[in-house]
Formats: sequence, structure tokens, C-alpha cells
Amino acid sequence: MLHSLLSGDTPRSRALTVVLVAILIGLAFAPFIFPGTRSLNVAAKVAVFVLLVASYDLLLGYTGIVSFAHTMFFGIGGYGVGIAMAKMGSTWGALAVGALAALALSLAIALAIGLLSLRVRAIFFAMITLAVAAFFQILASQLSPITGGEDGLTFRLPELLRPRLVSYYVVFGVSLALFLALLRVVNSPFGRVLLSIRENEFRSEAIGYRSVTYRTAANCLAALGATVAGILYAIWLRYTGPDTTLSFNIMIDILLMVVIGGMGTLYGAVIGATIFVLAQNYLRDLMKIASGATEGVPLLPALLHPDRWLLWLGVLFILCVYYFPTGIVGRLRGAGK
Amino acid sequence: MKTDWVPLALVLVVALLALPLVGSLPTWVTLTVAGLAMGMMIFMMASGLTLVFGLMDVLNFAHGVFISVGAYAAATVLTRMSAQMETQSLASDLSAMVPAVVAAIALAGLLGWFFERVLIRPVYGDHLKQILITMGGLIVFEQLIHVVWGPDIIPLPRPGTITGSFIIGEAAIERYRVLAVIVGLAVFAAMWLLLNRTRIGLLVRAGVENPEMVESLGYRIRRLFVGVFVAGSGLAGLGGAMWGMYQEQVSAQIGPQMLVVIFIVVIIGGLGSVGGCFIGALLVGLLANYTGYLAPKLALGSNILLMVLVLLWRPRGLFPVGRA
Repeated sequence: MLHSLLSGDTPRSRALTVVLVAILIGLAFAPFIFPGTRSLNVAAKVAVFVLLVASYDLLLGYTGIVSFAHTMFFGIGGYGVGIAMAKMGSTWGALAVGALAALALSLAIALAIGLLSLRVRAIFFAMITLAVAAFFQILASQLSPITGGEDGLTFRLPELLRPRLVSYYVVFGVSLALFLALLRVVNSPFGRVLLSIRENEFRSEAIGYRSVTYRTAANCLAALGATVAGILYAIWLRYTGPDTTLSFNIMIDILLMVVIGGMGTLYGAVIGATIFVLAQNYLRDLMKIASGATEGVPLLPALLHPDRWLLWLGVLFILCVYYFPTGIVGRLRGAGK
Repeated sequence: MKTDWVPLALVLVVALLALPLVGSLPTWVTLTVAGLAMGMMIFMMASGLTLVFGLMDVLNFAHGVFISVGAYAAATVLTRMSAQMETQSLASDLSAMVPAVVAAIALAGLLGWFFERVLIRPVYGDHLKQILITMGGLIVFEQLIHVVWGPDIIPLPRPGTITGSFIIGEAAIERYRVLAVIVGLAVFAAMWLLLNRTRIGLLVRAGVENPEMVESLGYRIRRLFVGVFVAGSGLAGLGGAMWGMYQEQVSAQIGPQMLVVIFIVVIIGGLGSVGGCFIGALLVGLLANYTGYLAPKLALGSNILLMVLVLLWRPRGLFPVGRA
């Protein structure tokens, strides 16, 4: 039962299993274990980013393509719900229309980008997606009558979803279900083809798999995953704006999470997202203490300033790319053998 | 090889087409000079990126850091030298600006050397890791800039003699823009001469076409790599310093903000082509200024539109370079 739920892709390491179970329990009972608005916010953000990062890992880790447009799809989800709810009122109908429209738009754009630019080299795809994502960001800030510009959109949810507890479990449930679905995808024959394209494109083409088709399909699936994550995040925040969804900083965050957690393992997304969001929220507090403790020493207090937390994650990121390409998950799995 | 004049003509066509749309000649002159100046500054920032890509097949996502560092270095020097800039004499202004620009180029070049040596060298030939590593470099060095220069926007004073405008007829032309055009043209001319008239240039061009062949003929392509990388970073620093002076302020965001524009220019020009990069930068600069005047809402998206159009016309950029 559990085996088939995880699509046969078990953590394969005792330490990893313990960590994953701890995260799962922590998220599942977050409202009861960690009461308080801040910690519930952290838990919801972890749930959303697990899905977002896992869908990105489908591209980066499993298919070997670098896209910078993942936040764009995240934003389309958020804005889809945001615009529909703000304009049509807080009904279930509006939520459905917004979500479906966002999914359809994401699918269309992912298909177009994929067919146009996945034929060429990885680098070109990275640049094109960067440009397209920048264009979307501009669009969102310029079309202020519709998108609320830089201020974004605040909206009300349907009656049933309004209690924090209900919306938290909607976010958590959908995210968990889609994570398991992604696990299913990467362990299916389709997922194996993606891996083979990553490892040796020429060879898998020779066996008869059209790499453009498979890459485009992976791009579309990843885009849909990101869109759903965007919808969930908008539902949780009851707000959509450029800084919470479209900003390039979020793209950098996603990259950090995927690489630190471990590319090519969906469990890496769980670990990466958890570590990152926790660091984002609590590392600052630790650094404030460290910065205070090293006062008087030259340079150190500046390096340990609470706002410099990203510096240390960046260093960790570079070290991961060089020395542990499979990230924390790879390390844990390697240690268990 | 026959010179392809069509892209160059495109720049003129864009400029001439804008004239009736803008309507008044003085405004058009002002906009065109502004566009050319912007294009030249973008060219300085982008040329290093395209050369590095052409020669080493490395796309450096951290190129924006060199731009920021150049701007910050110039700001630091100019702030120290503010006494020299109050005299309103060109000589004393230059005595402040030249060290500032030299500092910008030197610091960015030094950083480029470090970057090539420590970060990029282990990942040659692996695009995925290159992109990831240079992104990591971008994150870390952006944070280090915050550590060194603080997180706030700092002002970048512009010397007195190059502020203000020339008035020719009814057209007002900002002096700084003229300076930017002159510097940009000088950089382009120097690069062109270096690439086409010297032995090093010959080797660089040969390296872009076929690195293995150059190596097998007994030249150390690695040294060329490092040299080009440092020069490209220095140019980015120069561009950053010029851009910072143009905006009269510097923030760590200046580099990453320009990065998208630079990528667009590099794609439009054809990856690895310096001439294409020059034409692409001019097109982007002109178009940004014309649309900024005619349809401000469109201005920010205009360069992406331009990129799409160019790629539909020539899928590999204006001047495609050897390797596909």
C-alpha cells in the first residue's frame, strides 16, 4: 500500500526516512503542534514550495533543462485566482474559473515555449525563458487596472475556505496529492525516458524517443504543477502580487531549494523547501545572535548580519553543485549504504 | 567573408521610421542621441558576455555582478574625489573620472579573473552546471556587495562639465550622452581593431570557430580564455560605471536588472558575435527610447518584442556564428 503510494520510489535510507516522516508529521499536524500565525505561515509556505520545487525538479533534475520561467507559471496560478476572485466576487465559481483559466494559459504558454525553443541548446532555452518571464513581470506591473500593478490584489475566499485551519488543510492536501502524483510520473516509463534524455540525448533519440516531444511534455507538466502551487499560495495568502509570485528572487529561491535538497530526487524538493523556508524565517534570528556575539571582530558582524542569510545559502549552493550534485538526499542515501 | 549590411540598415530604418511617428525633429534628435547612448552603454556591458560565450561556450549568468561592481567602484572613487569635480574645469573633472573608470575596469576584471579561476574552471563543457554555478556566484557576490557597500542605494556624483546639455537649434542633447556615444564607439573600434588586425584577435576568432584546431596548432587556448574573460568582465565594469553615472545612483540591483536586456541583445546579435551585439544594442537602445516617448506602457516590453521579431526573421540572431 505504502509502496504503491510512493510508486516504488522509497527513500532508501534510514536517516532520510526519519527526516521525511518528521517533515510529513510536522506539516500534517502543524496547526496543533506549532500554534501561532507565524509558524502556520511557515508550514503553509513549505507545503506550497514543496510542490513548486518538486515540479521544477521534474525539469532540472529529471530532464536536465534549466528554465527561468517557473515563477511565471507560479504567478499565472496566483493571478488567475486573484483576478477572478477580485473581479467576480468570492464564489466557488470564480475560484474554479480562475484556476482553470490559469491552468489553460500555463499549458498553452509552456507548449509554445517548449515547441519553439526546446529544439535548440539548453543555454538558449534558459535565456528565452528568462526573457519571457521578465516580460510577464512587466505585463503584471503595467496592466494595473487588471492585476493591481505593484500593489497586487487582495481578495476574499468563499465562506467555507475562510477559516485558517480549512485553508491550511486544502493547501497541504492538494500539495501532498500532487507530490505523490509527480512521484508517480518520474517513476513511470515516461520518467525513465526523461532520465535517458538527460543522460544521453543522442542515444535515446536513436532508440526512437523524440526528445522534443518528451521535453515539451515535461515542461508542460512542470508548468501545471507550478500553476497549482501558485493557486494554493494565493488561496493561503488571500493575496497575489509581483513580489510573492513573479519576482526573480523567487526563481533564485527555487534553484537554491532544488540544488541544496538534491536534483533528480523529488524527496530533495521536500528537504530543500523545508530547510530553505525554515532558514528564511529562523536563520535570521540565529544570525542576529551570532552577529551580536562577534561584535568588535572586523568584517564578521557584517557577514553575519541577519539580512545576509542568503549569502550563506548561496555558498552552500555552490558547494552542493561542486561536491554533492545529488544534494542532501544524495548524501543521506550514500551514507546509508 | 562578405559583410552583411542588412542589419546595419535596419538600425537606420528604425531611426528614420521613428521620425514621422515622433513628429518633431528636435524631439527626434534628442531621442535618437539618447537611444544611441543607451545602446553604446548596453554594448559595453554585453560585449564581454557574447565573447566569453563565443570563445568558451560559457554563458555567465553572473555577468551582472561585474556591472554592479564597476558601478560601485566608480561611485567610491568619485565620492572621494568630489573636491576635484566642483571646479567646473574639464581637466580637473577628467582627473576624477579617469581614475574612477580605471578602478571600475580593474576591480571588475580582477573579480572576473577570480570567477574564471575558482568558479567556472571546474565546470567547462557542462552547461547545466555552468548555469547553476554562475547563478550561485550571482547570489553570493550580490550579497557580498551588500556586505561591502551596504544595502542602500548610494548616489554616484557626475562631474559638473558633463552634466547639462548642448542646445543645437531646438534640440537639447545631454552632454553625458554624447560622451557615452564617444566612449562606446571607441570601445567598439578598439575591439574591432584588436579582433581583426592583431595576432591575438586572429587567435580569438579562430578559437570561436574551432578551439580544438587552435590548440592542436600549439596555442594555449586556456590563456586566451582567461584573457578574454578578464577583458569581458572589465568591459562590463566600464559599462556599469558609465550606466551608474548616467543614472546618478548605484544599487546592487543595477547588474541583475540589466542582465535581461543584455541577454536579449546577445540573442538578437547572434551568440558570440561582437558586431551583432553592437547592432543589437543600438536597436534595443533606440527602440526603448522611441517607444518610451510614443507609448510608455509598451517601452519595457519593446525589447522582448524586438527579440521575437528578429528571431522569426533570423532564428540564430542577426550574425550567426560558426558553431550551432
